[in-house]
Amino acid sequence: MNIGILLKEGPYNHQASDTAYKFAEAAIKKGHTIDAVFFYNDGVNNSTGNMEPPQDDRHIGNRWVGLCQKNNVKMMVCIAAAKRRGINDDVLIDCGEITGLGNLTDIAIRNDRLVTFGD
Amino acid sequence: MEEFDDDEIVKKIMHVMRNAPHGTIYTYEGLEMILIMAAYDQDISVAFVDDGVYALKKGQDTAGIEVKGFAKTFLALDGYDVEKLYVDQVSLEERGLTEDDLVVDVEVISSAEIGKMMTEQDVVIQH
Repeated sequence: MNIGILLKEGPYNHQASDTAYKFAEAAIKKGHTIDAVFFYNDGVNNSTGNMEPPQDDRHIGNRWVGLCQKNNVKMMVCIAAAKRRGINDDVLIDCGEITGLGNLTDIAIRNDRLVTFGD
Repeated sequence: MEEFDDDEIVKKIMHVMRNAPHGTIYTYEGLEMILIMAAYDQDISVAFVDDGVYALKKGQDTAGIEVKGFAKTFLALDGYDVEKLYVDQVSLEERGLTEDDLVVDVEVISSAEIGKMMTEQDVVIQH
């Protein structure tokens, strides 16, 4: 099955980004394809490359980069939501792509499922 | 999912407004998403449940909280061919509201009917 992910919450503050990542990991392991993760609302904060969590904690930014590099999952960041929150190409994680909501629409149309994580 | 031409796919996409219009950005950014998706010729509907019904309440004045009001933007949805607006009857009644309190024409239906509609969608996005 081809799956798109919509993530609406920021990292560390909310479990949604952990759950979305774990979901993607498990789905890929089962043989499904994760087409893209689309970051919306405070979810855009997942796409900043400046995270420095304590060493004994998971690195959420690096997780997304790994998912992209190993499994070709696109990492798309909504431009309108990103601009409000001060996120631009200068701070973006590797693989991150600032794009429009039209791309989320395409993700919803071309995949078998769009799975949303967040409140 | 209905298929028209070979590459012309129309999906049923329901947006679910669940939060009060102010206090969090979910409803506002949700509305922004709907306006963009409306340009893609999909079968779009919007359901207002729980505090989400407040988004449509007439007479909102946001000057005091210095936040842009956007209740009237829901009126513009019609111009984008987003005409399927559903409001959960119980959510309205629990908040002492009636259809006359809302800025836009909607269809007031039961929770069960909204639930049934959700099962018929290709995509459900909650805001």
